[in-house]
Amino acid sequence: MTEIAATPAENTRLQRALGVLRDVMARPSGAIGLTLVAFHLILAIISPWIVPYDYKAMDSLLMLKGPSGAHWLGTDHLGRDVLTRVLLGGREALLVTGIATPIAVIWGGLLGIFFGLVGGRLDEVLMRVVDAFLSLPWILKMLVLIVTFGTGIEVLIPTLAFFYGIPVIRIARAATHDVVARDFVSAARARGHGRITVIRRELLPNVLDTLMVEGAMRWSWMLLAFSSLSFLGFGVSPPTPDWGLMIADARGFMSFAPWGVLGPVIALSSLIIGINLTADALAKALGIDRAQKAPV
Amino acid sequence: MSALIDIRDISVGFVGRDGRTREVLRNIDLAVAPGECVGLVGESGSGKSTLALAAMGYLKRGLRLLNGSAAFNDTDMFARSRQELERIRGGQLALIPQNSGQSLTPTLRIGAQLREALRLHSALPADQHAAKVIELLGHVRLPDPEAIVARFPHELSGGQQQRVAIAMALAGEPEALLLDEPTTGLDVTTQAHILELLRDIAAERGMAMVYVSHNLGAIARVCTRVVVMYAGEIVLEGTTRHVLKSPTHPYAQGLLASIPKLDDTALPIALDGRPPAPGDAGAGCAFADRCALVQDRCRTTRPQLAPSEIGGTVRCFFAEEAGRQQGQTIGAAPVRYAGGGTMLDLDDLSISYAKPRLLDQLLGRGAAVPPTVDDISISIGKGETLGLVGESGSGKSTILKTIAGLLPPAGGTVTAGDRPLPRTVEHRDPGQLRQIQLIFQNPDDSLNPRHTVADILEQPLKLYFGLSGDKLRARSAEILERVRLGAHYLGRLPSQLSGGEKQRVAIARAFAAGPEIVLCDEVTSALDVSVQAAVLDLLNDLKKTQGTTYIFVSHDLAVVRALSDRVAVLYQGRLCEIGQTHQVFGGESHPYTKVLLGAVLEPDPDAAPTLAADDVVERAPPERGCPFQRRCPRRLGAICDTDAPPWQSPEAGHAIRCHISLEDLNAD
Repeated sequence: MTEIAATPAENTRLQRALGVLRDVMARPSGAIGLTLVAFHLILAIISPWIVPYDYKAMDSLLMLKGPSGAHWLGTDHLGRDVLTRVLLGGREALLVTGIATPIAVIWGGLLGIFFGLVGGRLDEVLMRVVDAFLSLPWILKMLVLIVTFGTGIEVLIPTLAFFYGIPVIRIARAATHDVVARDFVSAARARGHGRITVIRRELLPNVLDTLMVEGAMRWSWMLLAFSSLSFLGFGVSPPTPDWGLMIADARGFMSFAPWGVLGPVIALSSLIIGINLTADALAKALGIDRAQKAPV
Repeated sequence: MSALIDIRDISVGFVGRDGRTREVLRNIDLAVAPGECVGLVGESGSGKSTLALAAMGYLKRGLRLLNGSAAFNDTDMFARSRQELERIRGGQLALIPQNSGQSLTPTLRIGAQLREALRLHSALPADQHAAKVIELLGHVRLPDPEAIVARFPHELSGGQQQRVAIAMALAGEPEALLLDEPTTGLDVTTQAHILELLRDIAAERGMAMVYVSHNLGAIARVCTRVVVMYAGEIVLEGTTRHVLKSPTHPYAQGLLASIPKLDDTALPIALDGRPPAPGDAGAGCAFADRCALVQDRCRTTRPQLAPSEIGGTVRCFFAEEAGRQQGQTIGAAPVRYAGGGTMLDLDDLSISYAKPRLLDQLLGRGAAVPPTVDDISISIGKGETLGLVGESGSGKSTILKTIAGLLPPAGGTVTAGDRPLPRTVEHRDPGQLRQIQLIFQNPDDSLNPRHTVADILEQPLKLYFGLSGDKLRARSAEILERVRLGAHYLGRLPSQLSGGEKQRVAIARAFAAGPEIVLCDEVTSALDVSVQAAVLDLLNDLKKTQGTTYIFVSHDLAVVRALSDRVAVLYQGRLCEIGQTHQVFGGESHPYTKVLLGAVLEPDPDAAPTLAADDVVERAPPERGCPFQRRCPRRLGAICDTDAPPWQSPEAGHAIRCHISLEDLNAD
């Protein structure tokens, strides 16, 4: 037999992860996306030490002033430094969604895998319940919970994790269905492996890729939802700086002081675009997107 | 103007990750005259489909034209405008793809799809389209065209879908047809019918055809000229007779030798190694690494296509030697069953996919429809190989699943050794599980893409023998050696293996359990012929050393013939005939066996298949009488519809289930 030219044939989990990371970085979307995300994460961590002003410091003489040497992004209607507040404004959102996303993916994923495995009538009935849930506007569902239990991290995290876990059920179930029908699962069953072993060894590794990409997508949706809640006044309470809240506060002055809106808008959208680009590149690197692969 | 399709010096390639341009096609010239039918053959990855698509001016995504032109009617397709291409493609130049089921629009009725083709590519006034559709469907010999018009693609069988695709291609009155493996994946009988249809249509209309296939039998049937491709270049070109009867290129010889033949009792000869990846062919002959006649010169200088003395053109320095050497090697003899105790016994086995309706469930009744598989009683000796043959839907794989415990039987028992086997895997003890191993059709599906070869092999070793650490590693390596793969494969993932290597790993996994019974479910049908021969050889070797009992399921009768001691023929989940291989393949046969044997395509331009029965696909077995009643070419009459046929035995070990008397069966 001819042998394949000596490729390094170590395929440990770490090496696979590094390989995927290299692949993501090799794609323009991945390189731009990951850089944006990393930039935001680093800023969120170090911002309290680098901000030029106190985010609460008001100055009635400096209300709605345009960008200047002292205030690079101008000041808001209370005379606070916009740059300072933009730099700090993502911390809360990243903290809440950073905790809620894994929770959503884990519970939605587990339930989806369970539905996918059970199959049959029970699966059909439960999925219709999920569909019914998904058909309601998300903001409505969330407002009900928030109005009932109040705002604050301890309510926002479980609320977001709950509602954003539901679509994950769908994805995880579909991925499970795809894998369960494949012969390697039958082969493992025919060998006589226990149910748990089959799920852990044969199923999970193949479903996890999909869940990872789904998790990244959910994260960006969740950030948008969190900012929307803040915008509506149900998220972060003033005076804590937050992009959604800043947009809400500054939108009245947009016609003559657009910098108040522009700063947080650019910050928020660059983060979300960064996450989406990363998710896109990740899906391609893992080979689970629908686009065509290289020929031959 | 002489050539209809005139491809000149075409090179096609893609840019790899490393930035290097890798050529998929290398400087190919191909001319097809009007009315001529040219076959393109080669292993997967040889570039044959790419070449056919290039004739349409189409390249798969990522590929680019590096050099040359592809003229159709004297104008380069790559130089034409989009509008022109749209007009020509599907009109004067039509493509019939491999899997028509996927190329028909699932939400449109057949009639609407054909009318669309007529609207775009025919000059016929719109009010005549409906009649033309019926005419086209009749032309491709679809029964009851009026009914087909109103059907959706999923309501048709694979063969019928392929016929619709042909009708659609004919709608534009094409001057040339490009066929990309149009019969791959179809049953032998359906395949033979489609090929006859294509032959007749081409002759009738004076249409040119470019027929891409890895199946030399199909090529022999429809083509007048054959082009053999290897690693993106033409290595041999000549008349079908010349290429198939006296090939002068070692690769074509190897390819021919690797095809199992019905009248050959020896195993086909494997063509070792694999073709170079695109761009890796080096300076010399691309085939040098796999060639028996290789000399130093072959590794340094690339041979040019040159006219050969016997006819045709060949790309080889030693074409004369190759010509002389042809047919001298003989394949290994299959290991034959020497007798022994019963290993596996199927007693009155029936299997049903139908779920009883709620009312029936409440009344404690089974499903009202006849079971998918019924009345199967077969006893298999220790070390014997039983071949199970039949068209798709005959229940071959279903029976294997039940033996493996993946699907509970509706009735009857399976006995392995001297103990009856519990119905499903959950109730079998480790000894029983280890005893029976199943090898699947497609290794891409049966190997977990996230597990390394070591992971894959270690699973049965840990499960059945509790091995760990160094012992586990050593044993895995040993098993890999046994399937002729080195220990360095242990760290690889399935995606880093070729198709043949993957199937070897799947075989190694089954044999890691030290099984007494191995169930092979179409194990070679997803592989290239050259690789298939190697896998058959490996299975034969393992039988020699391990004394394994095989049940070998295949729709390819020649493959079954090569390996089996005994053959059972199934139709609609019922046994028609069972006997020693030579008994089933010769002498008295069940009419269905005759139909199957007649449809086998040989890589020989002089052999013509006999088409005894229609290639209609039945969805369910009849409730009473003979299962083959609706398609039987030798139907006796009402008795076939009402009474189950009796078993008749022409000689010991051979049994035929038919109402026709043995003398009459023999008379045919």
